[in-house]
Amino acid sequence: MAEVNKKEEQPRIGVFVCHCGTNIAGSVNIQDVMDYAKTLPNVAVSDEYQYMCSTPGQGKIADAIKEHNLTGIVVAACSPRLHEPTFRNATKAGGLNPFRFEMANIREQNSWVHMHQPEEATEKAKDAVRIAVAKASKLEDLYPKSVPVEKTAMVVGGGVGGMQAALDLADAGIKTYLVEKTPTIGGRMSQLDKTFPTLDCSQCILTPKMVDVFRNENIELLTYTEVEEVAGYIGNFDVTLRKKARGVITPDEAEAKGIVGGGCTGCGDCVAVCPVIKPNPFELGMAPRKAIYVYHPQVVPLIYTVDFDSCVKCGLCVEACGDKKAIDLEMEDELMTVKVGTVVLATGYEIFPIEKKFEWGYKNFDNVITSLEFERLICASGPTGGKLIRPSDGDKPKKVAFVLCAGSRDTTGIGKPYCSRFCCMYSLKHAHQIIEKMPGAIPYIFYMDIRSFGKMYEEFYYRIQDEGAKFIRGRVANITEDPETKNLYVHAEDTLLGRPVDLEVDMVVLAAAIQPTAETEKTRRLFGVSCSQDGWLLEAHPKLNPCGTTTAGVYLAGVCQGPKDIPDTVAQAEGAASAASIPIHKGEVELEPYFAQCIEEKCAGCGLCVPQCPYSALALVEKDGRTVMQVTEAKCKGCGTCGGFCPGGAIWMQHFATPQIVAQIDAFLLGGEQ
Amino acid sequence: MAEENWKPKIIAIICNWCSYAGADLAGGARIQYPPDVRAIRVMCTGRVDPLFILKAFQDGADGVLVSGCHFGDCHYLEGNYKCAKRMFLLKSVLKNLGIDDKRLRMTFVSASEGAKWGTVMTDVIKTVKDLGPSPIKEFAK
Ligand SMILES: Cc1cc2nc3c(=O)[nH]c(=O)nc-3n(C[C@H](O)[C@H](O)[C@H](O)COP(=O)(O)OP(=O)(O)OC[C@H]3O[C@@H](n4cnc5c(N)ncnc54)[C@H](O)[C@@H]3O)c2cc1C
Ligand code: SF4
Ligand code: SF4
Ligand code: FES
Repeated sequence: MAEVNKKEEQPRIGVFVCHCGTNIAGSVNIQDVMDYAKTLPNVAVSDEYQYMCSTPGQGKIADAIKEHNLTGIVVAACSPRLHEPTFRNATKAGGLNPFRFEMANIREQNSWVHMHQPEEATEKAKDAVRIAVAKASKLEDLYPKSVPVEKTAMVVGGGVGGMQAALDLADAGIKTYLVEKTPTIGGRMSQLDKTFPTLDCSQCILTPKMVDVFRNENIELLTYTEVEEVAGYIGNFDVTLRKKARGVITPDEAEAKGIVGGGCTGCGDCVAVCPVIKPNPFELGMAPRKAIYVYHPQVVPLIYTVDFDSCVKCGLCVEACGDKKAIDLEMEDELMTVKVGTVVLATGYEIFPIEKKFEWGYKNFDNVITSLEFERLICASGPTGGKLIRPSDGDKPKKVAFVLCAGSRDTTGIGKPYCSRFCCMYSLKHAHQIIEKMPGAIPYIFYMDIRSFGKMYEEFYYRIQDEGAKFIRGRVANITEDPETKNLYVHAEDTLLGRPVDLEVDMVVLAAAIQPTAETEKTRRLFGVSCSQDGWLLEAHPKLNPCGTTTAGVYLAGVCQGPKDIPDTVAQAEGAASAASIPIHKGEVELEPYFAQCIEEKCAGCGLCVPQCPYSALALVEKDGRTVMQVTEAKCKGCGTCGGFCPGGAIWMQHFATPQIVAQIDAFLLGGEQ
Repeated sequence: MAEENWKPKIIAIICNWCSYAGADLAGGARIQYPPDVRAIRVMCTGRVDPLFILKAFQDGADGVLVSGCHFGDCHYLEGNYKCAKRMFLLKSVLKNLGIDDKRLRMTFVSASEGAKWGTVMTDVIKTVKDLGPSPIKEFAK
């Protein structure tokens, strides 16, 4: 039990006010705030500097601690969420315990939001300094707790992002669980035909990676598996997984069951006999699939899966499988719990339901399709063997209109306000594919502006222009259909020529927006990750920490964090894997020492706090003949919910203790000029 | 009603993970709002002891705002539920003490809701200004 009665020392506080160039000094009178700080009780020295976070700025803190024998530091600058760690280090460098530091936020919550009220902003900054000095006067030495880190990692989502993250972690020597909810890894990329701007065949570059994942000894691949529950914290996550009943066992599982030479070999004999026919979601419903299926021939692992929602349990497949005894129609879901040190989320995206933009007629007009459907139709292994045909009559289209920003950059409230970032580029790719595969056919691209920002992307754009694609700048207002011919009329305004366009085409391809998956909300809550306004998972800092999250030990890769193409997805995945490997290689992490402590003399042993703790960190114990509460520090996360509740004030919340908070309240309300 | 130059004293106790981050975001986006609120950061609204709020009113606060994560988003799972329950009870206590319970407000602002933080600030300040100075100050005079 740490000592909770503070030694009586006369606090000597140093206050440092930052200009942040003109960011703060532009609306807050720094000199005024600094002079005011000198008049406050306990303040031994006050100073100012252009950039407190710079090396000389930090040096000022360390020097002042030694020179003035300070007991606490206040820096009035930006947000503690940005620079608290920086100034804690500076405090430490001066020989003080780093937790004797308090920050007054006079930028994000002052100078930047009161830019035209310099007087009020200066008054507010003075109050903030006074409040911070009051807290700093009551801060105590604290010591972060080091906990060992489990030497395993987990990646959730087996698209190209998740696979890359898992491969990197595994190659760094870390045992990695790769959890994928569908029966195969690969994600969206396996549905694509070619990839811009190089036009490599998507499967050809993806399949080897999928096989690498499967073969890697450090990767435990868990397909058809979902995360059910998450407990613990960085270094020690306990993740409960639901292995969905696949109805089919692998050769390894067969061996474990003593079935010699058994298990699924991927022969497909079962498929031939299965009487149930359902639309294949991998082919977006454009091809059939049986109740026992693989998504596509290259699935990894190559194991069949029974769709128990449509299976009629006739048993024909079991018979066809014969001695391999791979099919078990009574199989049930299994729960398993694994311990991991860090987690990478790479759960990807889904396509915005573009039928919501009814003016473009998707699902109403046969020959209006989405770009993803185009990918399947143009793909040699797709439902039409790579022939682009009109769904209405199977004819080859001669004029194809592409509608860009379909549901993206849409502020009507129906679509998405953001740019989906890869639609311009893949539509250029589609235009190229039409010109190449179907001589004489003309692609018409309706665009707002072409965003070809990547390496060799602009060049690709020029190339497609040269190849003869027609570009019409203007958002498509609506699409109508000739009910006889099933041809379509695209109505738009050509904003370059300033005149309306009514173009008759055989087919329309909507470059539909993308959106966070339906389960994103559930996943982020399981892992305690926030999302941005548009629903994508929120990074810890948009510029300086784009792979991290606000939950220590959880990192982001790929489109789940926001739209990005394959190169950016892979790059972020490598960043996330590297970030996720750091705590594991370090072997231990420091937890902020914001633990609850029981002040035993005050504790009545009533136990009311015990159910308040969401982490079961509190218990009643017998001590010296009386009942008192005891905190298990390893479980306490420092939320303070118990401390906010104890009717006897018997809980000391380190760094957010009642006397510290009350001192802040008093300093604001009683401490100023009355 | 208040004298001409009366400026309300309003204290906000806000959680580190959502509302504080949302308030920072408002700054990043340069959203402008009136300057009458002073914020104290806690890790979670679960930390907010009702006595803190009574202390603030006793010290002469004209208004108190407690702001945390949306339900289901609390970094510690349920601190905000527990806090909301306490604030609900506290409001009835305040009413019984003759303090208009509109002077205490709980809001939920996420890390991505910078604009909402601006609206909350404007709104809280307006509410308190309309109510005028806290009766506790008058009582003590
Ligand atoms: C029509 C079209 C054409 C495109 N063409 C190109 C192109 O030519 N070049 C290019 O660079 N990019 C292209 N893209 C973009 C490309 O698809 C993405 O950049 C890439 O797929 C992103 O990979 P990811 O791993 O982040 O997500 P995804 O590929 O979506 O993978 C996510 C994976 O996570 C799984 N998952 C989701 N939620 C969970 C969960 N809760 N638990 C477990 N698993 C989960 C999913 O099943 C999936 O396997 C195109 C996109 C579209 C729509
Ligand atoms: S609520 Fe307070 S007094 Fe009651 S057991 Fe917990 S710490 Fe002790
Ligand atoms: S501070 Fe929060 S996590 Fe720690 S014991 Fe109290 S309620 Fe539990
Ligand atoms: S962390 Fe924001 S309310 Fe609990």
